[in-house]
Formats: sequence, structure tokens, C-alpha cells
Amino acid sequence: MTITCGIDVGSTYTKAVLLDHDDNVLGRSMHKTGFRLAEVSAEAIAACLESAGITRDQVSYVVSTGYGRHQVETRDIQATELTAAARGAIHQFPKTRTLLDVGGQTMKASRVTEDGKVKSFRLNDKCAAGTGAFLEKTARYMGFETEQIGGLLDTSRDAVPISGVCAVFAESEVINHLSLGTPPADIMQGAIESLVTRAVQLLKRVRAEPELTLVGGIVRFNSLVSAVAAKMDMKVNVPDDDDVQFVAARGAAILGHRRLAKLARETADAGATASASA
Amino acid sequence: MAYAAGVDVGSTQTKAVIVDEQGRIVGRSLTDTGANVIQAAQSAFDEALAQSGVREMDVEYVIGTGYGRYRVTFGNTQVTEISCHGRGASHMFPGTRTVVDMGGQDTKAIRVSASGEIDDFCMNDKCAAGTGRFLGAASMALDIPLPELGGKALQSTKPVKISTTCTVFAESEVLAWLGKGKKIEDILWGVHTSIAVRTIGLLRRVGVEEQVTFTGGVSRNQAMVKALEDRLEIKLNVSEDSHYMGALGAALFALDHIKASRQPVSQRAEASP
Repeated sequence: MTITCGIDVGSTYTKAVLLDHDDNVLGRSMHKTGFRLAEVSAEAIAACLESAGITRDQVSYVVSTGYGRHQVETRDIQATELTAAARGAIHQFPKTRTLLDVGGQTMKASRVTEDGKVKSFRLNDKCAAGTGAFLEKTARYMGFETEQIGGLLDTSRDAVPISGVCAVFAESEVINHLSLGTPPADIMQGAIESLVTRAVQLLKRVRAEPELTLVGGIVRFNSLVSAVAAKMDMKVNVPDDDDVQFVAARGAAILGHRRLAKLARETADAGATASASA
Repeated sequence: MAYAAGVDVGSTQTKAVIVDEQGRIVGRSLTDTGANVIQAAQSAFDEALAQSGVREMDVEYVIGTGYGRYRVTFGNTQVTEISCHGRGASHMFPGTRTVVDMGGQDTKAIRVSASGEIDDFCMNDKCAAGTGRFLGAASMALDIPLPELGGKALQSTKPVKISTTCTVFAESEVLAWLGKGKKIEDILWGVHTSIAVRTIGLLRRVGVEEQVTFTGGVSRNQAMVKALEDRLEIKLNVSEDSHYMGALGAALFALDHIKASRQPVSQRAEASP
């Protein structure tokens, strides 16, 4: 049995997945990324191995992805997070043609081919508005933690407009709304909607086509998903809550299997050539 | 003796200045704006009065400026902070042709004429990158009080290059550099340089003409002064009262009004900002 490991070192979380060649997920782990990328990658892989009850030497190939992919010391190869997420998304939703990935510090829109290759993409990694950090800051200005955002959104009845051009300027807006007595839930929903506006702009720039698959830590929020679906007017796929943050890591593990298969074919071809010439 | 006052309600701090008939500052005060803007304006004014020993009834005209200028409930009128910074800077440094004002969450580049009128201006209106908030983020990340940042940054020997644009991401970048073992002073100098680069971009849009006067709260930061001077290759005018420049300008406009209203109606010229 061949096993590969996909590890996605994101700006906020590091995710690892172990996958056998029959596409069974054997183990998973998730760690806060922090600032020591090499260490956290090693910890994530170790935790993942432990959860699967296997040892490092049983893993044939390690594919790293995400912004910290070059810091994974035990990697065999690295892939960009666009490539890995596309592979993971098309595997789960074969009709995916457009991908929106909203992470802690980036937002990426890409178009993918039916065999999971990235055709074009647009991304924002310069500005916190339009990323998870924007929602996190908005929550913090109101005294809520990141983990409370989901629960807060569930109680929103009516969103107030939040301009969403700058995560720093949003603070004054939030304070103004609070002083007018607006419920925090409605302010949070306003932040979601301003984030969706930015997502839609990015999706239009890649000329989104159905089906659209959403991935990344932020798309766990139902109100975000329904707002994107309403504005884009197309079928929107979202992996289960459990899987949504692991799409790129799993995609990386799949890439590992494809790579192994290719290497095996090359060896076989080389062997065939060698025996033919002998 | 008549007095005039200017109250500058900024995003972070509220400043009040009282001037006499010659336009000399006789009282000044500074307070955190906080959530209660009306209260902040009132207490800044009260404190400036107390400091100057001037009675409130002797202050004939009050002008509010800054983002909270409409919350100066006791003010007679309002003037934008652009006009006030231009006016204050020209009054204190008569050779001023360019003003760079750095406040809590915005940075402005203003070009003024020889008579202190605004020819052109430019500001960051969409994004907090390269403003005082960038320093605020560094202060939070490194847990060093804001007033100490400049002095620390000036001790740098091997500057770090800060690559993020966004103030929110700068906080993570500062911590990442710290994690990689960089010295605090080297990171801080990098932060100051990064703000200077963005500010100079703004200044070039209005054109940099000497003399350049640096106003606003951040002008009190020595490292920021040096970072701007190094890159502009120009010596900046900075005064002890640089962060009162907007309030001073407002007070001077208020004084204009008092003087104009004393003239017979036939000779009155509008005291236009």
C-alpha cells in the first residue's frame, strides 16, 4: 500500500492529510501556523502519522503546499496552493470549473480545467479587506473571538453596510454602528457581505463559470456561501465543514499519488527500454 | 483683549489651541478622542482655557476642524483639516510650500501658496497603509509604547525590509521577523522606512517644493523625521507644536473672523479659509 502525505502550510493554519492509493484518508491534523514554519510542519506531519497509527517510513511521498511550502524540510516536492486546491476540489466536485479560496490572509479565484489544471487566476494578498483577517478584526473590535463569528452570524437579522475597503478603517465604522445601537450580529453580517462583494469582483475578473466550488477556512459560514450563490447565480459547492480547510492538503496528497504513478511508469519504461536493448 | 480658539478632533487625539490677537499660542491641550467625541472636544477646550488662564467669555470665536469637527458643539463654525494644517504650517514656518501631515489613521500631502492657501492636496482615503496606524500595529505587536518606537528605531544597525503593504498584515510580519531572530530596533527602522516610502509617494503626487513642514502627531517621532529626511534629501521643518498645527490653523481662521467682524461692514472681506 502506498501512502502519501499532503501538507498545506497556510498563513493561519497548517493542515496535513495522509492518503492511501485507494483514496482513503488515513489521518489528518491541523495546527496554528505561527512563525516557526519548519517546526510546525514537522509537528503537523507527526500528529497526522500518530492519528493514522503509521510511521514515517510507510509514507512514500510528501507534497507541500501553501505559503510556507518551502519550509517543509521533509517534502519530496512542492506545489502552489492554487494547483493543490484545484486538484482537491475537482476530486470532490468533478464539475468544478471555478474555485474561490478564502483564507486567513488571502483570497484567490481561479478557473480550472476538467482534469484539474489551473487555467487562470486572480488573487488578493496585499490587503486584509476581503480575507479572513477582515472578519477577525471586525469581531475583535466588538470584543468577540474568531471562534464566535459563526454563532454571531446565526443570530443576524439584517445586515448593516460596512464599506470593506480597509480593515483598519472598518474599526471606526464598527464603533459608529455600535454607538447607534446596531446589534453586533448585524455588523458581522455586514462585514460578510462586504467580503462577498470583493469575492464577486475577483470571480468576475477570472470570468467565473459553473460549477463554483468554495474552499478555505472562511467558507464555513453559511451566510457567506448563500450570499456568494445569490450574487453569482450559479451552482455552488462547499465541502463538508470537516473537509473545507483540508481541500488543498488533500489535493497535495493526490498530486503525490499521481507523481508516484508517473515515476513508476517512467521506471517501467526505462526497464522495458533497457531489456529491449539487452 | 480678545482670544480665538481652534479645536482639532482627530481620529486618535483631540487638540485645542488658544491664540491671542497677535496669533501667539497662549494655551494648548491634547486628549485622547475615545468614543465620546463631543466630550473629548469639550475637555480639550476646557483644559486649554485652564492652561492659558483665559476666561471662556473672552474667547470670541471657536473653529472646529478634523474628522470630528461637527462634534465641536461650542464651535462657531468648521473648517477642513487640510486648510487648517496649511494655515498653521505657513504661520509657524512662513517659507512652507509643502505640508506633510501624519495622523492616527491618515496621511496628507498638501501644497500651499506663499500666502498659506491650499494649491493642491492628496491623502490616503481608501487604505490605512503607511499611516500612523502602521506604527500602532508595530507598537501592539512588539508591546512597546508608541512614544518609544522612534528612539528605539534610531538604534538600528541592520535594517529589516518590511514587505507587506497592509497594516493588518504588518503586525504578523513584525512578529515573523522577531521569530526569525531579528532585532527589535532593526524591525522598527524597517517599519519607519516603509511608512516613509508610502508617504513620499503621496508627496510626489502633489509635488515636493521646499520648504517642507511636517505636522501631526507622528511628527513627534524622531525616526519618522529622519526616515523622511533621508529619502527626500531635504531638511524638514518640525516644531515642538507640530501636532497642534491643525488646531493652530483653526484658531488663526477664528482670529481672522474676529478681525473681519470688527471692520466697518463696507470694508469687510470674507474670512475665507
